[in-house]
Amino acid sequence: MIKTYNSIEKVKGSIAQVRAEGVKLGELAEIKLRDGRSTLAEVISFSGDKVNLQIYRGTRGVSTGDQTRFLSKPMQVAFGDSLLGRVFNGAGEPVDGGAQVAEEKVEIGGPSFNPSKRIVPKRMIKTNIPMIDMFNTLVRSQKIPIFSIPGEPYNELLARIASQTDADVIVLGGMGLKFDDYEFFYRYFTKTGAMEKTTMFIHTASDPVVECILVPDMALAVAEQFAVKDKNVLVLLTDMTSFADAQKEISISMEMVPSNRGYPGSLYSDLASRYEKAVDIDGSGSITVIAVTTMPGDDVTHPVPDNTGYITEGQFYLHNGAIDPFGSLSRLKQQVMGKVTRKDHGDLANAMIRLYADAKKAKDRESMGFRLSEWDRKLIKYAVMFERDLMDLSVNLDIEEQLDLGWKILSECFAKNEVGLKAEWIEKYGKWK
Amino acid sequence: MSSEKAKGIIAGAQGNLMTVEFEGIIRQNEVVYLSTGGKNLKGEVIEIDGRKAKVQIFEPTRGVKCGDAVEFTSELLSVELGPGLLQNVYDGLQNPLEKIAEENGYFLPRGVYLAPLDQSKKWDFTPIAKTGDTVSAASYLGRVPEAVIDHKIMVPFGFNGNAKVIEIKPAGSYTINEVIAKLQDESGKITEVTMVQKWPAKFPIKVGTRLFPDKQLFTKCRIVDGPFPVAKGGTFCTPGPFGAGKTVLQHQISKYAETQVVIVVACGERAGEVVEILKEFPHLDDPQTGKKLMDRTCIICNTSSMPVAARESSIYVGTTIAEYYRQMGVDTLLLADSTSRWAQALREMSGRLEEIPGEEAFPAYLASRIAEFYERAGVLKNPAGDTGSLTIGGAVSPAGGNFEEPVTQSTLAVVGCFLGLSRERSDARRFPAIDPLISWSKYLDRFYDEADSETKARIDVVRLAQSMILEGDEIGKKMSVVGEEGVSIDDMVVFLKGEFYDSVFLQQNAFDSIDTSSDRKRQNEQLEVVGEVLRKKFSFQSKEDARKFFLSLSDDLIQLNYIAKETDDYKRKRESILATVRGA
Repeated sequence: MIKTYNSIEKVKGSIAQVRAEGVKLGELAEIKLRDGRSTLAEVISFSGDKVNLQIYRGTRGVSTGDQTRFLSKPMQVAFGDSLLGRVFNGAGEPVDGGAQVAEEKVEIGGPSFNPSKRIVPKRMIKTNIPMIDMFNTLVRSQKIPIFSIPGEPYNELLARIASQTDADVIVLGGMGLKFDDYEFFYRYFTKTGAMEKTTMFIHTASDPVVECILVPDMALAVAEQFAVKDKNVLVLLTDMTSFADAQKEISISMEMVPSNRGYPGSLYSDLASRYEKAVDIDGSGSITVIAVTTMPGDDVTHPVPDNTGYITEGQFYLHNGAIDPFGSLSRLKQQVMGKVTRKDHGDLANAMIRLYADAKKAKDRESMGFRLSEWDRKLIKYAVMFERDLMDLSVNLDIEEQLDLGWKILSECFAKNEVGLKAEWIEKYGKWK
Repeated sequence: MSSEKAKGIIAGAQGNLMTVEFEGIIRQNEVVYLSTGGKNLKGEVIEIDGRKAKVQIFEPTRGVKCGDAVEFTSELLSVELGPGLLQNVYDGLQNPLEKIAEENGYFLPRGVYLAPLDQSKKWDFTPIAKTGDTVSAASYLGRVPEAVIDHKIMVPFGFNGNAKVIEIKPAGSYTINEVIAKLQDESGKITEVTMVQKWPAKFPIKVGTRLFPDKQLFTKCRIVDGPFPVAKGGTFCTPGPFGAGKTVLQHQISKYAETQVVIVVACGERAGEVVEILKEFPHLDDPQTGKKLMDRTCIICNTSSMPVAARESSIYVGTTIAEYYRQMGVDTLLLADSTSRWAQALREMSGRLEEIPGEEAFPAYLASRIAEFYERAGVLKNPAGDTGSLTIGGAVSPAGGNFEEPVTQSTLAVVGCFLGLSRERSDARRFPAIDPLISWSKYLDRFYDEADSETKARIDVVRLAQSMILEGDEIGKKMSVVGEEGVSIDDMVVFLKGEFYDSVFLQQNAFDSIDTSSDRKRQNEQLEVVGEVLRKKFSFQSKEDARKFFLSLSDDLIQLNYIAKETDDYKRKRESILATVRGA
């Protein structure tokens, strides 16, 4: 039997207090507002019969006489193949004008994966982007953020990675998105045909802050269901800094003691419990998570990128429209470089980065007006080619082609004995005449 | 204490903190079970106020409602100790994860608690004590062979006073729950002893006398064993920003350290890293015993997505298991990655309890908890006269890589050795990224006083090298401002000597099968060469000549690091390097 309660005793921040009996932690409630709207809310704590509800649509306009109905179930998300091609908001309601999805429902924020059932990841994900495939190889089940400042083309990069990979299912979780960004993803995926295998959970900047927190849980719960059904799922989360800011806003309104720059002490666990959903399941599918973390003030020691770095398996730094070869790192690349890919891959990539680092110094010398040596000039020529042919985000090549191009650049800029590579590789793959 | 166990009901809930109204007698920190939705969830009493108690539940608490029943057990959170701990993977509450996976599949269900030790396995027991012997807590009763350890079955550590052995089983195969001895204490009471005993995780096991930790624990990592050594029974910490290689360093140490048992506590870090150990260790050989590395390892795993409340207990569970092995005279190493995540778990709970926060919202008792944890390390001589040690190494993950934060500072105050990893070194690809400019070890001087001539010679070189690193750094800074022209050739040589030592000795390639571990003999041979180079007064025509000489010398020695020891190739190469140095 579902009871209805007719009075709300306290409203503060996104929390409302109701007197009710027999309600469960995490249970959903529906509140009917005076103006005819209704909103979902979740039980976040209780003391005796005083029950605190977190209101998904925000407390704006909530009155002391509103009706609360407890639904005796936790927050769930519909799951099924009919999700593909659809767009939902943070509360799981369709926002693309389509019908409600009436398939099986799964709880969000479910139990964590047993570490002993994980396997060591070793399947490469091809993106055809040289700065990823060649230098910071992406591996199935990896969790990796794009560290970026506002204004960089991170959503474009995310969309491109998504459409060029062979993932079976793509789940996009958008947090604090501008309408334009959402529209961009929708159009891009529709144009490339990826929309057919995509589900979107979108929270736009004008939506209530509580829904922002739900987005990653919704997206990952759906991803997890696909993954145990043998699908390779790619989850895109943009932007996790908005998610962290939403956590901050809510925890402060709940009078929790902040730890660092206003963020709650649980920020690390909040982020980790989402990122750790990335998994390669023994004998089944996988979840790969690529997220965007915008760094306020380009400061990597800011709590959000800092905590993220401790959780994820590397990061892509997006700087001046290109993936920075120095700050970027894929912790899992050793699992595939030269093992799944061509044997020369690892050594070639390292040598090219080392030479590019030297080339940067040569460029500095050039800009300071020092006299340049023969070697400096070679390096500068190399830097120009490296940036144009490999670093530029519009380059679109298969990994084999990328490696061959790498050798070609080396052979055009340097002599064989100047690149510091094994004679065996030079013999086999080098492009010197 | 009344034999009636207390009962209670839920009166309030927030996250995993419950307010329970109870009747009966309860203890601070006793274990409770909360029954909700057909499951029993484990928890711990953390505050008592009148008829109300605050309880933290170790598992997700979704679905808990007012009036749910709570059962008090009157037992503190305990660890089961006995043969079969090694080769196992446990969660923070000592649930065997592999068994849970067998029964429950991919996910970790809540409210499932399985016996930590195999109940049906038979162990080959050989008695040590005889009928009529007088024994007391931690006296040996018998032994069973476990993996690589001569596992001693001991009188329970909580046993009071002396007792007589009135019965002991003859040699044979028994399960851990079979009674293997009967003891009669002075009052005539008879206690039955099995191979397994329980011990409260938050109390140290320490029966016997503590000794001064004065023996070196060789990790086969040169930068640790050389300038910043660790003592058996000592403590060290490895703070560093993300990406500096803390975990690789900890894995290296867990693989190669010369110790008998390794306990790895993966506390709030990535699950993927534990998986690497899990999948790798059963296949890697342990050079000391010839068996597999997993045979000497026990993993406590509470990764970042597992319940935060159990993260706190994971450290204590790991330490208790380590102390258990030390008590039987075994050298044990505990590696905790990362203590910062553990501190954060304390902070979350403290926040819910509305305690007055200290710096960065950490609880005021943070420093004393950290001190308590590291104080559980040490060398112990047990009642049977055997000496065991527990060395503790904790990784610290300071926010923003800034060592001024409370966890790092509280840790530095109590450890014997500080291995600070720095972003500068990892960016420069100098691995392990332990920064010789900031790290220190209190054990180096201690070892020197007691050392034989070989070790003294070794430490002399290390000290000389350290001074050159410091001086070289100053000179390097100067050069970056005024250019090479601005320093004298003598200064330049000091700088180059520092760089030389850094590149051939301090840096080590963890991905090369030979260089990844360097034993004591090899290190000594290397330091001999390094010593000759550092002490020699070179006379170079120009700075360019000096640079060339040291570059080629460094390259030769680095190549030497990749050659297997005691091969002809190695000896020849080493001789030729020595000849070059002496001839220069």
